[in-house]
Amino acid sequence: MTVASPPSFDTGLQPQGWLKYFSFSLDHKVIGIQYLVCGFLFYFIGGALAGVIRTELISPMSDFVSRDTYNEVLTLHGTIMIFLWIVPVVNGGFGNYLIPFYVGARDMAFPRLNAVAFWLIPPAGILLISSYFIAGAASQSGWTAYPPLSLTTPAAGQVVWILSVLLLGGSSIFGGINFIATVLKLRRPGLKLMQLPMYCWAMLGTSVLVVLATPVLAGTLILLSFDIIAHTGFFNPSQGGNVVVYQHLFWFYSHPAVYIMVLPAFGLVSEILPIHARKPLFGYTTMVYSIMAIVVLGLVVWAHHMFTSGTPPWMRLFFTIATSFIAVPTGIKFFNWLATLWGGKIALNSAVLFSCAFIFNFVFGGITGVALAQVPFDIHVHDTYFVVGHFHYIVYGGTVFVIFASLYHWYPKFTGRMLNEDLGRLHFVLTFIGFNLCFAPQHWLGLNGMPRRVAEYDPAFTTLNQVSSVGALLMAISTVPLLINVVLTAYRGKIAGDNPWNALTPEWLTTSPPPVENWIGEAPLVTEPYAYGQEPGNLDVSRLRGRDLWTGKQ
Amino acid sequence: MEIPAALVTLVLGVVLTLVGLWVGHNVKMLPIDASSNAPVYDALFEVLFTIGTILFIGITGLILYSLVRFRRRAGDTTDGEAIEGNLPLEIVWTAIPAIVVLFVGIYSYDIYERMGGMVPLHDHMAMHQSLESNPVVSAMADSSSTSERIWGGIGQMGAADGALPVEVTAMQFAFIFHYPGPGITSGELHVPMGQTVTLRMEAKDVIHAFWVPQFRLKQDVIPGQPTMLSFTPTRAGTYPIVCAELCGPYHGGMRSNVIVHEPDAFDSWLKTNTPATVASAPGFPTA
Ligand code: HEM
Ligand SMILES: [Cu+2]
Ligand SMILES: [Cu+2]
Repeated sequence: MTVASPPSFDTGLQPQGWLKYFSFSLDHKVIGIQYLVCGFLFYFIGGALAGVIRTELISPMSDFVSRDTYNEVLTLHGTIMIFLWIVPVVNGGFGNYLIPFYVGARDMAFPRLNAVAFWLIPPAGILLISSYFIAGAASQSGWTAYPPLSLTTPAAGQVVWILSVLLLGGSSIFGGINFIATVLKLRRPGLKLMQLPMYCWAMLGTSVLVVLATPVLAGTLILLSFDIIAHTGFFNPSQGGNVVVYQHLFWFYSHPAVYIMVLPAFGLVSEILPIHARKPLFGYTTMVYSIMAIVVLGLVVWAHHMFTSGTPPWMRLFFTIATSFIAVPTGIKFFNWLATLWGGKIALNSAVLFSCAFIFNFVFGGITGVALAQVPFDIHVHDTYFVVGHFHYIVYGGTVFVIFASLYHWYPKFTGRMLNEDLGRLHFVLTFIGFNLCFAPQHWLGLNGMPRRVAEYDPAFTTLNQVSSVGALLMAISTVPLLINVVLTAYRGKIAGDNPWNALTPEWLTTSPPPVENWIGEAPLVTEPYAYGQEPGNLDVSRLRGRDLWTGKQ
Repeated sequence: MEIPAALVTLVLGVVLTLVGLWVGHNVKMLPIDASSNAPVYDALFEVLFTIGTILFIGITGLILYSLVRFRRRAGDTTDGEAIEGNLPLEIVWTAIPAIVVLFVGIYSYDIYERMGGMVPLHDHMAMHQSLESNPVVSAMADSSSTSERIWGGIGQMGAADGALPVEVTAMQFAFIFHYPGPGITSGELHVPMGQTVTLRMEAKDVIHAFWVPQFRLKQDVIPGQPTMLSFTPTRAGTYPIVCAELCGPYHGGMRSNVIVHEPDAFDSWLKTNTPATVASAPGFPTA
C-alpha cells in the first residue's frame, strides 16, 4: 500500500475517547471533526454579532451600540464568518473527513501538516476576537480593510486583525497543498481521476485557487501592516501610495475566495443528491469541466468589485464580460442537479430539503450576481444593501444551507446515529423562512438608497429593516432545534448502521464511525461512485460495482 | 386523452415568458428617476429583471415539480432510472445561458455607451472636444510639475459646451461643493434642471463615494486621485446624496442633498449666494 501510515498512529500514543478531539491528532477524521466543531463555535459567535447588527438596524438612529463598536462588530462578523466558519468548515471539515475515503487512502498525504493547519485556527480566532479586549479596539475597517481607512483606525486592532487573517490564510494554504497532494498522489491503485466522486474535483479546484490566490492576500496584508507600523507608503496617498492598487490585490484573492467558499459546497451537493434521489449524478464529465472553467474564470473577474473605484473603461468592460461568463459553467452544474432529481425516487428528508433550498437560493443569488456584473447596473447598487442581499444569498443561502444538508447526511457516519428527522425539518423550515425574510428585502433597500455598513439610515427604510431583523431572529431561533438534535442524538439517537442511505461512495463501505485507518482490511475500489438506478438488462456481471459491495453484505 | 409533453412544455414556456415580461414591466423596484441617465438605467433594469424572473420562476418550478412528482413513496425501495447524462441536453443548457449572457453583455455594453462610459482613456480627440463635460476623460493635465491623472466615472455624455463645473471635496463626514465660477461654497449641491453638471471630486482623508440613487450614479471619491462624474438632472426636486463607502464611525450620517432647481430658480440661488466680489466672474456659464 502506498497509503501514509505513520507509526505514530500507534493507538498507545494518542489520547482516546473524547480527549482525542483536543489533541494533536493525525487522524483525518478527528481533524475533520475538530474543524467542524470549531467552525460551529465560531459560527455562533459570528451569529451573535449579526444579532447585534440587526438589533441596531431595527431603528434608523444609531442607538444600540456606539458607532465605533458598530464598525467593530461589523468587521468581526464578516471576518469570522468567512475565515473561521465557511472556509474551514467546507474545506477543512468535510474535506478532511471525506477526501481520504474518496481516494481510497487511510489518511491525508501530510497528516502532520494537516494537524498544524487545524491548530492554527483556534489561536487565530481567539486572537481576533480578543483584540477587542487586549488591543483596546478591534479592527473597524470592514473585512475588506481598505486603506486609507485601515491606516487611520486604531492601529493595534488593525494589526491584530492582519495577524490573525495571516494565520488563517496560512492554515488554508497548508490545507490546500494537502488536498492537492492527496487527490493526485494518494489514490488507491486502479482508481482513475475521472472515477473520483465529484467532491474530490471540487476540492481539487478549490485548493488550486487557495494556493494561487491566498499568498497574494498575505503579501498585501503584510504591506498594509508595514504602512501601519513602519509608516511606509505603499497604500498611503499622502506618501505617494495608491489606494486602488490595494483593492486590486485584495480582490485578486477575495473573488477567488468566494469560490473557495462555494465550490466545495457544489461538491457536497453532488454527493448528497444522487444518493437520496437514487439516480446517477447527471453529466459527470461536464460537471468536472465546469469546475475547471469556474476555477480559471474565477481568477480573472476580480475588478467587478471595483467598478466605481476609478477603473478605466476597457477594464470595466473586460471584467463585465468575464464575470458574466462564469454564469455558464455555474448554470451547467445547476441544470445537471435538476436533471439528477428528475425521474428519481427522492427522499424528502432534511438533507434533501436543505440541498434543494440551496439550489433555490443560489439561483436567486446567481441572477443578482449576473446583474451586478453589468457595469451600468452595478454603478447604482455597488456598496449598497443590494450587494449585501446578493452575497448572503450566495454564502448563506448557498454554502451554509449545504453545510446543514451535509450535517444531516453525514452525521450518521460521524457518530453512528441518525439525526431526528422531525427536528431536522423544523430546523429547515425556520431557517428557510428566516433566511428569505432577512435577506430578500435587502435588495429593495439597496435599490432605493440604503448604503451598506451603516449604523443609521433614512427613516423611510425602517419597516423593511424591521422585517429583515425579524428574519434574523427566526434564523437565530432555528439553531435551537439543530442544537437539541445534535446533542440528543449523540446520546439517544436511532442507531444508523454502516450504510443507512444505501450509498455507494467509499465512506459508507465501512463501519459508522469508521475505524482509525478507515477500513479493516483493504480499501474498496469504487470506480462508479454513482451507479444507482435500475437497468436490469445492462448489468455487467464481470465488473465489480460499488453497489455489489453493500448489497452482497446485506 | 394524453396531452403531448412537448405541447405542455411549449405552453408553460410561453406563459412563463409572459409572466416574466409582465413582472419586469409592472413591478417597480427603483426610486424616481431624476437624471437623463436614469431612464437608460431603468431600461436595462427591466431587461435584467425580466430575464431573471423567467429563470428564477422556471427553475423553482422545476424543483418543486420534481420534489412532488418524484418523491419516494412509502415502502418503495427501488432506484430511479440509471440515466447518467445526455449530450444534446447538456449542449442545450450550455448554449442557452451562453446566449443569454452574451445578449445581456451586448445590451449592457450599449447602455454603458449611451451613458458615456466607453470613451477611451487617452483619446485626445475626445479630450479636445469636451474636456470639461466628458465624464470619462483621463486628462493628463500638466499642472506645472505634477501631472495628475483624472480617472473617469460614468455619466451623461454630450452637451459639451456649457457644462456647469463643480468641485467636490469629501472628508470625514461631509461633502463640500465649490462652484469655481461664482466662487460659491456650499454644503449642498444646487444644480439647474436640464444642464449638464461636471463634478470633479477628491477626498481629503479616506475613500468616500458620491451616490445619488435618483440619478442611478455613483463614483468613489478617492484621496490622491481625482475622479470625475457628470450628469444631467431632469426632474426638479431634492434628492439625497449618500456616502456609499465605509469611511469611519459616522459613515451612515454622511449625507447631503442635491437640489435640482428650475433654471430660473437656480439663477436666483446663484445671485443670492455669490460672494459680492466675484459676482461677475467671467466665463462662468449661467444657463
Ligand atoms: C453567478 C456568479 C456570480 C456573479 C456573476 C457574481 C457577481 C458579483 C459582483 C459583480 C459583485 C460585486 C458587487 C458590488 O460590490 O458592487 C459581487 C459581490 C459579492 N459576491 Fe458575487 N457573484 C457570483 C457568485 C458569487 C459566489 C459564488 C459567491 C460566494 C460564495 C459570491 C460572493 C460575493 C460576495 C461575498 C460579494 C461581496 C463582497 C464585498 O463587497 O464584501 N458571489 N458578486
Ligand atoms: Cu467577486
Ligand atoms: Cu464617507
